[in-house]
Amino acid sequence: MVPVLLGASFVCFLLLRLTPVDPAKAYLSVSNIIPTEETLRVVREQLGLDRPFWSQYVHWLWQLCQLDFGVSFFTKLPVASELAARLPVTAMLAFSSLAIALIVSIPLGIAAALRKNRAMDHISRVLAFLGASVPQFWLAYLLIYFMAVKMDWFPLQGADTWIHYVLPSITLAFALIATYSRLLRRGLLECLEQPFVLYANARGLRSFTVIGRHVLRHAIRPVVTAAGMNLGKLFAGTVIVEQIFAMPGMGGFFLEAVFHRDYPVIQGYVLIMAFVFILGSLTADMIQAYLDPRLRQSMGKEG
Amino acid sequence: MGVIRNMQLIVGRQRATTVIPVALLLIIVLAGIFAPLLAPNDPNFVDLSHKLQGPSAQFPLGTDQLGRCLLSRLLYGTQVSLSLALLIVTACVSIGLVLGSLAGYTGGKVDGIIMRICDAILAIPSLILAISLIAIWGAGWKQMAIALIIVQSVYYTRFIRGMVVNLRQQTYVVAARIMGTSPVRMVTRHIIPNLLPSLFIVVTLEIGWVIMDISALSFLGLGVQSPTPEWGAMINEGKTFIRSHPRLIIAPGVIILCVVALLNIIGETLGDKNGKAIPMRKAAKHSNKLKGGQHEREENHS
Repeated sequence: MVPVLLGASFVCFLLLRLTPVDPAKAYLSVSNIIPTEETLRVVREQLGLDRPFWSQYVHWLWQLCQLDFGVSFFTKLPVASELAARLPVTAMLAFSSLAIALIVSIPLGIAAALRKNRAMDHISRVLAFLGASVPQFWLAYLLIYFMAVKMDWFPLQGADTWIHYVLPSITLAFALIATYSRLLRRGLLECLEQPFVLYANARGLRSFTVIGRHVLRHAIRPVVTAAGMNLGKLFAGTVIVEQIFAMPGMGGFFLEAVFHRDYPVIQGYVLIMAFVFILGSLTADMIQAYLDPRLRQSMGKEG
Repeated sequence: MGVIRNMQLIVGRQRATTVIPVALLLIIVLAGIFAPLLAPNDPNFVDLSHKLQGPSAQFPLGTDQLGRCLLSRLLYGTQVSLSLALLIVTACVSIGLVLGSLAGYTGGKVDGIIMRICDAILAIPSLILAISLIAIWGAGWKQMAIALIIVQSVYYTRFIRGMVVNLRQQTYVVAARIMGTSPVRMVTRHIIPNLLPSLFIVVTLEIGWVIMDISALSFLGLGVQSPTPEWGAMINEGKTFIRSHPRLIIAPGVIILCVVALLNIIGETLGDKNGKAIPMRKAAKHSNKLKGGQHEREENHS
């Protein structure tokens, strides 16, 4: 995990070095200062650009460890506090989408597996195809048009109350529902053929107990992995959704930074996304270990 | 010959479920190729006196905020999206084949280095990394194409490497190696032809994903720029008129949905026939997780 994060941080650091424009010049043009030899030299010194490559990287990494992400070119405030102030909106959005996705896809997946090739299964199959094929930004506008413009059920923009989160969360959850319900269906179908299910049924357990207590525990594991892996992708989706619904979150701030060429903000955001991704897969691994004692044992032996 | 036979194996005997989506997709592709003949109007001709008109004989789907013919723009947009997607996927496959077979076949240090680079890039959500790269190089279709190629080829590299590692252990490969076949000939003659069928399925699915990425980036104003008719960019231009003229948003979206859905259906049916229907993005991430591959074990040790 640590090497991956270190690698990702190096990719982030390299990002800034790939610029065709001199970062010092970019800083000056964003700050509306005319670039002269004198000002360029001062800024280079200030940003540490006059030092050798590796020393810059180590210095930057050291600052990161102290949660110092640099100062935004545009707002002139520390990137860390700027992003932290916007984190709650994005986190709320991401987790409400994840919650909606799980609440819908678990019953849907179970229904599709138990009634294989019946109506429910076909509905979930069509939904899966739609979920995989609908562009997120377009779905957002469809929801706005039908739910907010035509019906006036939901507010168009903002993030003041929970009701503002409904449409953005549905937008993000849609693709997840498609993936998770199909994964769960496949997992369940594989699981239902296992001898332990036959044994549980033979013991006369109610089918609700068999599914809920015994089968689901195994069948849900691919979903857990996918959810952990997708956490980063989910946060990435918030960039587009926050922009469309004008929510004051990290993603919208990142997109603004992209248009301003505010490099420290871009770097900071990308790094946080890498961290979220790693945190997501770590959490998924931990839940896996909780669900499957065999995994726990083998991990203990190897680790 | 081997390649052709393999392709026949995956395409196989046809059923209606495969033929219909392929035919529909072919119609869309042909519509894109023959857009200059089919389009009733010039897609970029601005005529403010005809702006925001409803469907008529001259403009079958009406006009946009600048009086341009919506249908003509959609037809030309097909050309733009499909050719860009094809370009990006071709580049990714080439990079993936070179790096993936290099890593998978040589193994050892080379493999380690390539895979660590892939891991580092994979830790950053692909869309975010693409946006950041475009932020640095500036908006435009060329920059977008390069950014997407860099971001996407990582998935291809990992996917192809996984397959090469598998194939390398096959008896016929070992036999060929004992006969003294050179590594280059080995990879080009014996390994690559055998991973083409799976790659073909994956590419079908991936073209759809790339079309979505292109439209999303163009929608954000980072990809194909405004006078060029691109579906995502058209939705971006039409979004101001969502209250009065929702058709400006709905029409391009329906086309994206259709093309991507058709590609998904084709990919999945081909995959089902061949017993593997795992889209690569999932496969690349899952392979080491679920199956506890070599790579995962290495990670556990550290």
